[in-house]
Amino acid sequence: MNAPQTPHTLHFMPSAGFRARAKDVVDNPFLRQSFRGAMDFLMSKRAAQFPDAEELESLRTLGESIRQYNLARLPDLLERLEARLTANGIQVHWAETPDEANEIILGICRRHEAKLMVKGKSMVSEEIELNHAAEAAGIGALESDMGEYIVQLADEKPSHIIMPAIHKTKEQIAKLFAENVPGVDYTDNVDALIQIGRRVLREKFQEADIGLSGVNFAVAETGTLCLVENEGNGRMCTTAPPVHIAITGIEKIVEKLEHVPPLLSLLTRSATGQNISTYFNMISSPRKPGEKDGPSEVHLVLLDNGRSQAYADEQLRKTLQCIRCGACMNHCPVYTRIGGHAYGTTYPGPIGKIISPHMLGLEATKGLVTASSLCGACGEVCPVKIPIPELLIRLREEAFSAPPRANPAMRGQGAGYSGLISAVWRGWAAVYRSPSLYRVATWMGSRLRGLVPSRQGAWTSVRVPLKPAPKRLRDMLKERG
Amino acid sequence: MSARDRILAKLRANSPSTVGNPPDVAAWYATHRIAENGADKAKRFRHFIELAHAEVYAVSRGGWLQKLYEVLSAKQIGKLLIAPGTAHGARVAAELPGLDIACPAYDTAIESWKPALFNDIPAAFTRARAAIAETGTLILWPDADEPRLMSLVPPLHIVLLDAASIHNTFYEAMQAEGWKDGLPTNALLISGPSKTADIQQTLAYGAHGPKELVVLLIGDEQ
Ligand code: SF4
Repeated sequence: MNAPQTPHTLHFMPSAGFRARAKDVVDNPFLRQSFRGAMDFLMSKRAAQFPDAEELESLRTLGESIRQYNLARLPDLLERLEARLTANGIQVHWAETPDEANEIILGICRRHEAKLMVKGKSMVSEEIELNHAAEAAGIGALESDMGEYIVQLADEKPSHIIMPAIHKTKEQIAKLFAENVPGVDYTDNVDALIQIGRRVLREKFQEADIGLSGVNFAVAETGTLCLVENEGNGRMCTTAPPVHIAITGIEKIVEKLEHVPPLLSLLTRSATGQNISTYFNMISSPRKPGEKDGPSEVHLVLLDNGRSQAYADEQLRKTLQCIRCGACMNHCPVYTRIGGHAYGTTYPGPIGKIISPHMLGLEATKGLVTASSLCGACGEVCPVKIPIPELLIRLREEAFSAPPRANPAMRGQGAGYSGLISAVWRGWAAVYRSPSLYRVATWMGSRLRGLVPSRQGAWTSVRVPLKPAPKRLRDMLKERG
Repeated sequence: MSARDRILAKLRANSPSTVGNPPDVAAWYATHRIAENGADKAKRFRHFIELAHAEVYAVSRGGWLQKLYEVLSAKQIGKLLIAPGTAHGARVAAELPGLDIACPAYDTAIESWKPALFNDIPAAFTRARAAIAETGTLILWPDADEPRLMSLVPPLHIVLLDAASIHNTFYEAMQAEGWKDGLPTNALLISGPSKTADIQQTLAYGAHGPKELVVLLIGDEQ
């Protein structure tokens, strides 16, 4: 049970070095401005979608109950989904690790002698680093969501799960296109830039052997894969190439089709402040006899990658309620200041902090769970009511308390544990529990204050040193009689 | 043990012992969404899809073909992809070529003409099976007669919609039409022309799908 998996390595950015990367962004006024502006924009768009507080609250409660109801029956629903999809002609594959998922996808590509795979937006494919695996196998993997296409051209990773290129200005994108797209002159007109992307990618949609996509909801009762998007590239990837491969985390299942409308409404309104996305694409089978388009093969890859670890614990299971709307990052004061890349994980922001420890282990992510002021904004806006602050506190305990911890074991439990620090806190607790010890300690403090160092690490980098007062409050009160 | 069995075993070992009550979706919609009459539904539908940059024209059951011709003329489009196996497609194919609008038919599998579809077809004409007032959304169930790419690849998509088939909400649509008992290969909700805000949150239309969406709404109050 919960045998440690080989930690999956991130190619572009190590999970360590979080502080240094965060500092870089904080020191960069342009990036700070980009993120601030973008987050203000997204927050106001969301707010405009929920003018009625009662409606919002009751819909969130419904969304939460739908997600919890379905998670409670997850293993059964996975089997039901598999049976239904198989009956519909969609082939189902299971992967415990990112490597297994890549192997499955590349296996399908090899069977079709695929040269080019076009990709719709899929954070799970980012999670498994599919583009690198495909490249290593000699298969082209081209992102087709405009934002993803831009970050791929720049050799970067998405900095936001909904708006991947949010950290880039149009001037930077103009330069990127002029330098990388053959026959394109510099223009920073947004419409012109989008038309360049459209032209390039339309060629690729025709050529591609494989279309890859994510999944927003998988419906067990009908065997349907649902995709939310605005651009139409998701529909291109799932319709134009002869083979469609969808990949999803095992948690994105709902039992009933009627569970979809409330979740869809919460998702698009919370994510981008749209009452609905331009397209909602529901796929239930490959091309049937007589039909003139659509892929003749459809595959679904179900990925675990640590989700079953979160599932094993009643509190941590709530992490899996997430519908990946990104509202928690849009409202996060930390994300707004440091941006998505600083985290070094596929999923940044509050959702990244609570899901990444299950994917990468606490060894690699212990710093992330402390990077929160616990202001509570994320939990307040989450459309499915994930108590993110509570989960952060729990994960801090898991990361920084002495092992072994309560069942079930999390990967990397106690990775941040330090004997010295915990001795200091134990001493502190003892002093504060005993009035006589407390008196002795404060008396000593006021006498020995001269010995307190003037440099106190991170504290004094921006603040005056901490020093006990020359006279204790109790002494001052005594003097006043 | 296969990956499948291992994943399921891990989940089963720690499944919650109690499953809560099924969420009452019907009750939420009953208390939070109003059921409007036909004219109001059509008005709401039109308001939202126009907000999303679609053009809507009210037409009569007999007069939509004339409007279709006018729209094409105004946009200076001389070629329209049609679905010959449908009643509306056949009607267009019978009438518009006489008015100098070529009407190629989507009657063979895409493999034999993919480049032509992508490069030589400026517009396509399909029907919507229904619509949703709450969000200004068209519902399409493409099929053998009216294939999926018609509503995606050509830069202009013109849709024929009967106002009588507008539902209040997505939930109402799937309940009334019994979707859970059988979905087609691909069911689509379309709520405007293709768009993106991926560059500096600036909205741009015509990302990968149609740049323009035109709805001919039969029976809309004039
Ligand atoms: S945790 Fe909640 S707010 Fe954050 S992405 Fe997931 S659903 Fe959205």
